[in-house]
Amino acid sequence: MRAFRSRHFRRLNAVVGIALIALATLLALTGLVHTPYDPLELDFAARLEPPSPAHWLGTDQFGRDVFSRLLAASWVSLAVSLLTVGFAVTAGSLIGTLAGYFGGWLDRALMAVTDAFMALPGLLLALAIMSVLGQGQWAVVLALGLAYTPNVIRVVRGAVLSIREKEYVEASRVIGHSHLHVLLRHVLPNCAGPLTVLATAFFALAILAESALSFLGLGVPPPYPSWGGMLADARSYFSIAPWLVIFPGVAISLTLLGINLFGDGLRDRLDPRMAAL
Amino acid sequence: MAAGQSAPVGRAERTLTQNMVRYVLKKLLLSIPTLLILALVIFALMRAIPGDPAMMMVGDMADPDMLQQARKEMGLDEPYAVQFLIWFGDVLHGDFGTSRMTGEDVLTAMLSRFAVTAKVVLIAVMLAIALAVPAGLYAAWRQNRPGDFAVVLAANLFLSVPSFWMGMLLILLFGVTLQWLPTLGYVSTGENALAAAKYLAMPVLSLVFIEVATITRMMRASTIEVLRQEYVTHARAKGLGERTVLFRHVLKNAIAPTVTLIGLILGSLLGGAAVVETVFSLPGLGRFLVDAIYARDYAVVQGVLILVSAIYLLVNLLVDLVYPLLDPRVRL
Repeated sequence: MRAFRSRHFRRLNAVVGIALIALATLLALTGLVHTPYDPLELDFAARLEPPSPAHWLGTDQFGRDVFSRLLAASWVSLAVSLLTVGFAVTAGSLIGTLAGYFGGWLDRALMAVTDAFMALPGLLLALAIMSVLGQGQWAVVLALGLAYTPNVIRVVRGAVLSIREKEYVEASRVIGHSHLHVLLRHVLPNCAGPLTVLATAFFALAILAESALSFLGLGVPPPYPSWGGMLADARSYFSIAPWLVIFPGVAISLTLLGINLFGDGLRDRLDPRMAAL
Repeated sequence: MAAGQSAPVGRAERTLTQNMVRYVLKKLLLSIPTLLILALVIFALMRAIPGDPAMMMVGDMADPDMLQQARKEMGLDEPYAVQFLIWFGDVLHGDFGTSRMTGEDVLTAMLSRFAVTAKVVLIAVMLAIALAVPAGLYAAWRQNRPGDFAVVLAANLFLSVPSFWMGMLLILLFGVTLQWLPTLGYVSTGENALAAAKYLAMPVLSLVFIEVATITRMMRASTIEVLRQEYVTHARAKGLGERTVLFRHVLKNAIAPTVTLIGLILGSLLGGAAVVETVFSLPGLGRFLVDAIYARDYAVVQGVLILVSAIYLLVNLLVDLVYPLLDPRVRL
């Protein structure tokens, strides 16, 4: 009975997670296609208006519609985070596979550099890279992507190391398949589980980091909207326009909550050791 | 056979202190290559920045002779390998140069800002540990019962609130609506302890929530793992009370992974909680780095990066040193 209830609770969590992610995706796609107002259009007659039927989430200090800006920002934040994770997973899998599969001096050299990169906290490394690349969303993708790559390398290398010794890999080599064939057909598919769990965790981290960088003014340049940037602007209007502080944060938090709940469910599924708990 | 017999004797002759010293030395030696590669990476990053540091120093209107002179003084006409050695030597002597923004010595400026960051972060992390370790232990003990669900739900919620937004919500509640606490700024503890505490309360709180969530989740997971061990069943079977089982047998074995996590959190937060420092206008290390990036103050950027990575390595080294005390299976 208790096991049933707990599984029920877990499944409910995962469903809520997926629903929140779907909602965020829907809003982001809406933001890409159509927004009620132009998110960049200034309207000085309607500055700092509280939420109303005309402006569902109110307007900001330039009279821009907060709901429209939030929609557009959703698209930017999700796209930047997805690209970041895509970059880290691709680069990390490539390097991790090379290091783990071939081993030897290549492995040692790659891992020495990876360890050094991991001696800097992720956001700090991203800030360091951004000081070279400059600001903007592409710089964010590259900087965060590079910052997360070492972790992916470690996970993929570990998985590859354990798969490399399996009989089916040896068998595949013995019957004359190339290294590339072995890697693509046998090694990489078997890394998919840990990689998916990791990618989900990094997606949440990327959204958090992207909003943090935008909040610090290093991300999407103004006047283009981003969740973090909207919060940064709101800092001057705490007492007169609290809606500016609340809505972008709600968007970030609900998206993060969705990914975290979904990630927990995913880990239960893909990691049998955790599923038994 | 002779070797097999002499080895245990040799080990017995070494005292615990000697073992500890050897362990520390080994860990220190192992972190040297990492630090070296890291220094190379930071050096390469700084040289990869578009623009000529000499030109930035003398101004781009300077005549070519002056520029050449500045290059020579800064060592920029040397090969990269020599430049790196000179730079690394300076760093080892604690000479990080002068800040372009403030004209201060970079090391002095960094240390005074680090003090601010460290105060906020250490209080926040200690509070988080005090809340999260019991919460995680409790949730694991009540696994799959309402108490556990409540803790897991709260942890998931807290985990989803970025620290800077939490900070802004706190300002909205305690600063603007209730007007209990000052919203921006910083008073050093030496000047006025009560005022300092008031200024620190919200920055600390905004970090606490998310860290409580992270630590609780880790503590819960590792406790659940320990609770399924046979020695726990054994301890219960021989009639020990739940309290004794939990605190004497479970907690000791479950805390190790959490300590590692705390080390990582501490290391990354001490490197500057830039966003929280920005929300509350605290003169901390993270905000210093961001300002330096804006101002293209590269002496400060590279100085902060080196200081932060050194702190990060040091904190993780400390964790490695605490580990054998918690888990005797980790051999010195």
